[in-house]
Amino acid sequence: MRAPSFRWHAATSLADAARALAAGGPRALLLGGGTDVVPAIKRRQYVPELLISLRQVAELGRLEPHGASLRIGAGVRLGALAADDRLGVGHTALRRAAGVVASPHIRNVATLGGNLCLDTRCNYYNQSLEWRRAVDYCMKAPAGVALAAPAGGTCWVAPGSPRCWAVSQTDCAPALIALGASVTLVSAEGQRTLPLADLYRDDGMTWLTRRPDELLAWVDVPAAARSTYWKLRRRGSFDFPVLGVAAAVELAGDVVTAARVVLGAVASHPVVVPTESLLGRPLGDDAIAAFAELATRLAKPLDNTDYQLGWRKRVTRAYVVGALRELRGDDPALLGVLARRQAALIPA
Amino acid sequence: MNIIGKPRRRVDGRAKVTGQTRFADDLTLPRMLWCRLLRSHLPHARVDGVDTAAAAAARGVKLVLTGADFPIPYGILPVSQDEHALAQERVRFVGDPVAAVIATSEEAAQAAVQLLAPRYTPLTTISDAHDALATPAPQLHTYAEVGNLHKRVGFEFGDVDASFASAPHVFDDSFFYQGNTHLPIEQHATLAAVDGDGKLTVWSSTQTPHYLHRALAKALAMPAAHIRVIATPNGGGFGGKSDPFHHEIVVAGAALRTGRPVKICLSREEVFYCHRGRHPVDMRLRTATDACGKILAMDLETLLDGGAYGSYGVASTFYTGALQTVTYEIPRYRFRGARAFTNKPPCGPKRGHGTPQPRFAQEVQLDKIAVALGRNPADLRLEQLCKPNSLTANYMRVGTIGLGRCIDAVVEGSRFRERWGKLPRGRGLGIACSSYLCGAGLPIYWNKLPHSGVQLKLDRSGGVTAFCGATEIGQGSDDVLAGLVAEVLGIDPFDIRVVTGDTDLGPVDLGSYSSRVTLMMGNAALEAAGRARELIASAVAAELQLPVARLGFAERRVFDLEEPTRGLSFADAVIAAETRHGTLGTVGSYRPPDSAARYKGGGVGPSPAYSYSAAVIEVEVCPDTGWLDVTQVWIGHDIGRSLNPASVRGQVEGSVYMGLGEALMEESAFRRLPPKRSDALVHKFPSLLEYKSPTTREMPPCTTYLIEDPDPQGPLGAKEVGQGPLLPIMPAVANAVFDAVGVRVDEVPITPEKIVRALEEAARGRPARVGPTGFPDVGWPEPLRVAPPWEGGDGKAANETPRRPRPDKDAKDKQVPR
Repeated sequence: MRAPSFRWHAATSLADAARALAAGGPRALLLGGGTDVVPAIKRRQYVPELLISLRQVAELGRLEPHGASLRIGAGVRLGALAADDRLGVGHTALRRAAGVVASPHIRNVATLGGNLCLDTRCNYYNQSLEWRRAVDYCMKAPAGVALAAPAGGTCWVAPGSPRCWAVSQTDCAPALIALGASVTLVSAEGQRTLPLADLYRDDGMTWLTRRPDELLAWVDVPAAARSTYWKLRRRGSFDFPVLGVAAAVELAGDVVTAARVVLGAVASHPVVVPTESLLGRPLGDDAIAAFAELATRLAKPLDNTDYQLGWRKRVTRAYVVGALRELRGDDPALLGVLARRQAALIPA
Repeated sequence: MNIIGKPRRRVDGRAKVTGQTRFADDLTLPRMLWCRLLRSHLPHARVDGVDTAAAAAARGVKLVLTGADFPIPYGILPVSQDEHALAQERVRFVGDPVAAVIATSEEAAQAAVQLLAPRYTPLTTISDAHDALATPAPQLHTYAEVGNLHKRVGFEFGDVDASFASAPHVFDDSFFYQGNTHLPIEQHATLAAVDGDGKLTVWSSTQTPHYLHRALAKALAMPAAHIRVIATPNGGGFGGKSDPFHHEIVVAGAALRTGRPVKICLSREEVFYCHRGRHPVDMRLRTATDACGKILAMDLETLLDGGAYGSYGVASTFYTGALQTVTYEIPRYRFRGARAFTNKPPCGPKRGHGTPQPRFAQEVQLDKIAVALGRNPADLRLEQLCKPNSLTANYMRVGTIGLGRCIDAVVEGSRFRERWGKLPRGRGLGIACSSYLCGAGLPIYWNKLPHSGVQLKLDRSGGVTAFCGATEIGQGSDDVLAGLVAEVLGIDPFDIRVVTGDTDLGPVDLGSYSSRVTLMMGNAALEAAGRARELIASAVAAELQLPVARLGFAERRVFDLEEPTRGLSFADAVIAAETRHGTLGTVGSYRPPDSAARYKGGGVGPSPAYSYSAAVIEVEVCPDTGWLDVTQVWIGHDIGRSLNPASVRGQVEGSVYMGLGEALMEESAFRRLPPKRSDALVHKFPSLLEYKSPTTREMPPCTTYLIEDPDPQGPLGAKEVGQGPLLPIMPAVANAVFDAVGVRVDEVPITPEKIVRALEEAARGRPARVGPTGFPDVGWPEPLRVAPPWEGGDGKAANETPRRPRPDKDAKDKQVPR
């Protein structure tokens, strides 16, 4: 497959990129590592008029302490991030999430910003133009092209539904939200900072609150006492998550004083699970079971990724239990085959 | 032996690992044009026309072709000449090629394809074999035997019903084996060019250059002598490059029309549409046994979902029944099989061709029999293996059989007797066995010609060139050829230049399919090399004044066996021979022995020899989520003799890997959209990312035992290894899952969802099983009745009807005199 023609601008600074984006209009696309955008262009999901490469923007590649947090530029490569020793034990969830995206080759190229802005995915949408023509396209790309497309079309996942149900399959967003990260967006007009959870919308078509003229510049990531990320995928490499469970807790003795649990890949946005029921007491089996029940109710997998949706919901419970037991300090060897699989796949 | 039997570096290995092998897509010629195809976006429709004006006028476009340019049908089997390079009046699946654009760049061709305007009238869509049974009209093909059933076959060897009526035990199980695809890493690519004298050369990623040669001659109405096909080294085939394909004929036709080289490289999605992969098969297997589980009779029904065209499908249908008999003694046997036409990419031969599906059924059922009768499943198998040098109920001639030793090896390695049935819940062991052909006894088109030929050229440089039509598809056939010739002539395999897969330069070999190349090309190579050795020996004997019998050939020398320092270098020996005999060249050829099966349809299944495999697999299953990890594989393979043990191990372990993919995750799944809103029937995920195939992460430790029991039919005793070791993997996984959590998944793939479903069934007090509950009514005709050898049979059917006329074949013979 060959990509259609487009104009190319290699941005030299954040300001230059923001200017080019503002001038480029709706058919300008930002290019980080390109591991997701380029195949999508070949499949004609996007037909950009202008590609703005961020590769030479030095500001985006920074990774440095910022107060009590770590400030990570959007251009930092996932492989480098997972291996960076400035990510301490307080950032375990992020290190794990970044380390299990796709495959080693892709992590060497793909960026954190790209993973956070990852287009929502769907088995009806991540297909070639010819395939999508065979099903008469869908709501997310009714004219065959997703960007700047007119409204209309069917969501084949739920044909009676007025909305698009494409899935948020970023690994890093659940992990960073669990760690309480904030994100800074930059445009030619200025910049704004918001909690990372607020970057996402529960809408397969407009999945980010980012304005078209804004680019994601960096995230600020506080440390958490204990955190983890569990990823479900059929194979030990390559695959996008069909379920991600990110969890972070603060403990006073064995009493939970703060907790954040986020589910990935079970909705069009990362799902933040309310954790009030966990606070003020130890992570006992009953508390974990009740919380896993709540999380499973919030997971809304649909028939548009790998695996059957009912089974993904069942595994949500098992994963939430497993992740919290891991944070409680249970021996992974006793957590069964699923937990051992997590441990085996995560880079040291 | 100096070379054979020792693990060595392959002759083609260096070029492959250093990236120097030139695959079809690496080829470029001056003034080369590019081709892209328009494929149907409807699953079934009448083609009312294609408006080509806008595409023809687009920038860079040199030629637009449609079905009218390719009116002559072709197909791999003479009985199903049902394909055209571009669609005629009908498209039959999403991806069926309709038109082609030839342009100065791939981008220009692709852009112009978007400007083609086909006009269709949609027709009823048939989703699967059950749908085909229920929907006899409209027919996908008018030559189908009945309705949308392409073909029905049936045999009965002995009175099966009588055996069932008196048997102490009868086991009756239904199974479903999902379709899957080959997934070669190299996508199909073809380059065609016309020489100055008008002759055509086609370089293609094909496993069968000879059959492509024939199809090109027919479809282009061109003398075969004016066509040269060069099979480029294949980046994997597995059966998926064994048919002549649309794109090959289109670029050849385009090169003839434009006078310029024309190339096409398919996208991954298009490879899924070429398909010819594993047929989805519904099966019902009934087995009658005595009190100890010894088989008295077997009754098998299969229903294959064939997809939209014939391909190898008739042979695939026969193969779902033909090889059930060569593993265990089956005194009486009935087999009935049918293949349906459906609106999906055509199915065909994938590694194991038609036999993994019934093998799964048979080996899982044997496990059930063992459990039901309280027997160890390894013993149950060992007690009833076929005898060496015997004839089966359906007249397959079994030669050597090393299966007992394979079972012993894997049972001992895995401590199966000590551990089976005794591991803690969640962990389990499963065993299964299999057998496979070493080449089909009959060619695809009927003839009495050699199946393989090898030609050797030797000259005064001491150089030896081996020519053969065989095709290197990654399996190591070039190395087998060089190794055998080098062994006979006492030189190094790297001294030999191997020229293969070229229909102009080498003698015919039928192609790299049905595990035939090592045995057939190998025997031809031994004959050619033996003749060359005789020529050299007679000359050297004269020069040294010794009897020929005292000469040895080794270490690049021809020498006196009694006084080894006395002799000539190989190069001097060749000079002596050229001086004495003139220009040196020898040939060898091979044709399999005639079959004992003399009934119609008995041509599918006979082979000069059969290979055998046994596997034990250990799994860990999460009882809560059904998650399944294969933790260890032990596999024994009866290879006859390993010509190059390093290559043999590679093939065994590659088969294990591919088998695990089929067992655990691979699936040619289709989506039928709601008919009210759309009638689409699309491949669910024609991509490397979403068609799930295992990675190295999923490959467990594998212990391989090579069992050597040289077979007199094989070259130096060698049997096949390319396909057989895949077969026991899927049933061994299913049997291990049962041992781990007590549930039966009578389907492939065996996914966590299905395991959970079976566990839930068990929790509700229902049978702890997932799988089909019955077999559809196919409307079987009367089977051919053949008495088994031990009931006085002579291999002929008692009720055979005269051969039906075959209009397609007769028409073909008229069109292309040969």
